[in-house]
Amino acid sequence: MSAPLLELKGVTKRFPGVLALSDVSLTVGTGEVVALIGENGAGKSTLMKILGGVHLADTGTIHFDGRPVAIHNVAEAIALGIGFIHQELNVLDNLDVAGNIFLGREPARGGRLGLIHRQEMDRRAEPYLRRLGLQVSPRRSLRELSIAQQQMVEIAKALSQNARLIIMDEPTSCLTLAETERLLATIKDLRADGVSVIYISHRLGEVKLCADRVVVLRDGKNVGTLEGDQIRHDAMVRLMVGRDLQSFYVHPKGTKRTAYFQVRQLRTRAHPQCRISFDAAAGEILGFAGLVGAGRSEMAQAVFGVDTPLEGEIRLEGKPVVIRSPRDAMARGIYLVPEDRRNTGLVTEMTVRENVTLPGLWRHATAGLIRYASEAEVAERQCAALNVKTPSIETQALNLSGGNQQKVVLAKWLALEPRVLIFDEPTRGIDVGAKAEIYRLMRDLAERGVALLMISSDMEEVLGVSDRVIVMHEGSVAGMLERDQCSEEAIMQLAVGKIGESVSS
Amino acid sequence: MKKEAGISILLVVLCAIVAIKNPRFLGAANLENMARLIGMFGIFSIGMGLVIITGGIDLSVGSVFALLGVMLVIMLREWHWFWAVAVLAVIAGTMTLGWFHGLLITRARMQPFIVTLCGLLFYRGLARYIAHDETMGFVNENFGPLRNLATGSVFGLPMPFVLLLVTAAVMWVVLHRSVYGRYLFAVGRNEEAARYSGINSRAIIASSYILAGALAGVSGILIAFYTNSISPSTHGNFYELYGIAAAVLGGCSLRGGEGSILGIVIGTALLQVLQNLVNLLGIDSSLNFAVMGAVILIGVLADELLSARRRSRKVLVAAGGNKSAG
Repeated sequence: MSAPLLELKGVTKRFPGVLALSDVSLTVGTGEVVALIGENGAGKSTLMKILGGVHLADTGTIHFDGRPVAIHNVAEAIALGIGFIHQELNVLDNLDVAGNIFLGREPARGGRLGLIHRQEMDRRAEPYLRRLGLQVSPRRSLRELSIAQQQMVEIAKALSQNARLIIMDEPTSCLTLAETERLLATIKDLRADGVSVIYISHRLGEVKLCADRVVVLRDGKNVGTLEGDQIRHDAMVRLMVGRDLQSFYVHPKGTKRTAYFQVRQLRTRAHPQCRISFDAAAGEILGFAGLVGAGRSEMAQAVFGVDTPLEGEIRLEGKPVVIRSPRDAMARGIYLVPEDRRNTGLVTEMTVRENVTLPGLWRHATAGLIRYASEAEVAERQCAALNVKTPSIETQALNLSGGNQQKVVLAKWLALEPRVLIFDEPTRGIDVGAKAEIYRLMRDLAERGVALLMISSDMEEVLGVSDRVIVMHEGSVAGMLERDQCSEEAIMQLAVGKIGESVSS
Repeated sequence: MKKEAGISILLVVLCAIVAIKNPRFLGAANLENMARLIGMFGIFSIGMGLVIITGGIDLSVGSVFALLGVMLVIMLREWHWFWAVAVLAVIAGTMTLGWFHGLLITRARMQPFIVTLCGLLFYRGLARYIAHDETMGFVNENFGPLRNLATGSVFGLPMPFVLLLVTAAVMWVVLHRSVYGRYLFAVGRNEEAARYSGINSRAIIASSYILAGALAGVSGILIAFYTNSISPSTHGNFYELYGIAAAVLGGCSLRGGEGSILGIVIGTALLQVLQNLVNLLGIDSSLNFAVMGAVILIGVLADELLSARRRSRKVLVAAGGNKSAG
């Protein structure tokens, strides 16, 4: 690695009233995988936006391939050979695979008619698909592909544009464990081919697996670089938060189990052939592990009444409850913190106050008219209790960071005294500091006697937070593990359906 | 509030221009007639606004006016129903149509545009068939207070205008102060998230069509008595577009989740001033729609440009704020 492929030196970027980046440097060698980590607001996305030409740096230089460059827009970045894979994929799901890869660069024929040369496009797409091990036809519609496959199509697109550096922003946040492994293997292949990768992720386990070097940002500054066997979990966390997180996961003090919340023979629309049964005790965090598509979210939606179950019995404190809509569930104190904060957890264009009070608005109303003072008081109290960082309760929820948005979703339900709280991917896309806060909140709730169900695809989280773990496979419960039986291997074996058919199905 | 301020300024400027060019604009007769029209158009425009706030639209209003006009004449003159019974029947009828639209939209998951477009065609045809495509009128009968509601005045204010003020006041409380109003906005912004917060989104959406139906029923009765005769092929033509234009000018977004009662009322007033302007400034009346179209376009465009500028300033500030918070 004599001459680095990309070299940023002394990059400073100031926004009105804030220094987003201060004298940041970053080098990426040819065929090197550099992980960029830091809490939300540390300046990672600003740095990437400078590389993508969205922002211009106030000071500092960018050298690409030894030449000084100035990037004014994404097209210029792509022309240089920089590809971007964003957390939210930029694919058009109404087009097919080849159409996406060659969008805007379709091979044409027919002269001025500009007809798309289909055969040529398919022919050119195939080598990229083969190289990435993506076994789909170039004619397949993107809509029919999984998120992981769509992401591969984006990588293929970047490669077809001769990308020499691919920037991946939280690429695994929507992937299953198996898909994540597949992506990490692809990154290894790319590196072997001399393609460089900047890998941005909150999942330190993955960073450890794939990065040659880890660059840590905090408050817009370089705070450290880790290489080789320095790349350890504790070292990364220490640099990111500037202190040790001894109590990252809060463990239970030991619970007495009584069947508090019982689900029996639940049949969901997504997996009509399977029946789910489990018990959750008051005061425990019951983890739900499994591959994406194992039916965990569908279970949660059935219990919360979003998707009426086909059949099944739900009991709370021994009494059967009938749930046909979220209102029924809410009347019993059963709440869901959904997977998709922006589309189902919050009405993002509404203010923090309006979001917090939305589910319990009748409590703040007299004769159908809203009492603003009562509303504001509860919103203020919840925001303070959960340490929501927002300029005011009148700020639109969309202006908050992911972690703070998640706290607002939580605030909605905590204001209504939960008895059973279901979390679906509670910390997806949330930075380390906010994660620790959310885990602490979950444990506090459990200690107050709430039964918590936590669906998570983050193995560290499942192992670190749960008192017991239920593993699901293709719509049914593959097995249940006590805390001392839990290990990554044990969970994976159940998740892929290797054993445990006899446990419950 | 910024949207209302912008359109209010436009309204005042237009009024000033017309008043200077033709002093008859400020004459009692002209003002009174304009207020009467604002009243009649404003009431159903508020209903349209509610539907638009939920992310829907109602294209059937004009045809509903023709149908209810024809039915009203038949009920009063052929069947000799007591006026109050006829009024209740008409309003119950328009609410039923709204409920039916709401049902198709929320249960059969059809698009509001399609459902109400079919309504536009269907009710117009039905009205013409029932009336044998002939003009029907109330002649000179009063039918209790009905004629007076459309053509009379109280304290010097035209009755329809007074009714609009009352309706607007009530609906302002409903939309901007009640739980139901908050639900309308929440459902219009994000139906899914509203559902996940325990709101019965379908019922809220359907109810907006029913409420709009009731307001259209009231407006429709006033309009029928104002015109005094109903020619089923033209009565109420394009009125739904007046309603939509008033709501949009007044700050309702067709994407849903935005709008205000005050804005809709000012939007209605602006449209009527524009109509009046064409007459008073001696502009060829065939240009009527062209003038309205141009002014609406310019108004909405100016608003877009101004709010885009506001947004870009806000984004910079917000970016700064987030950085310092994280």
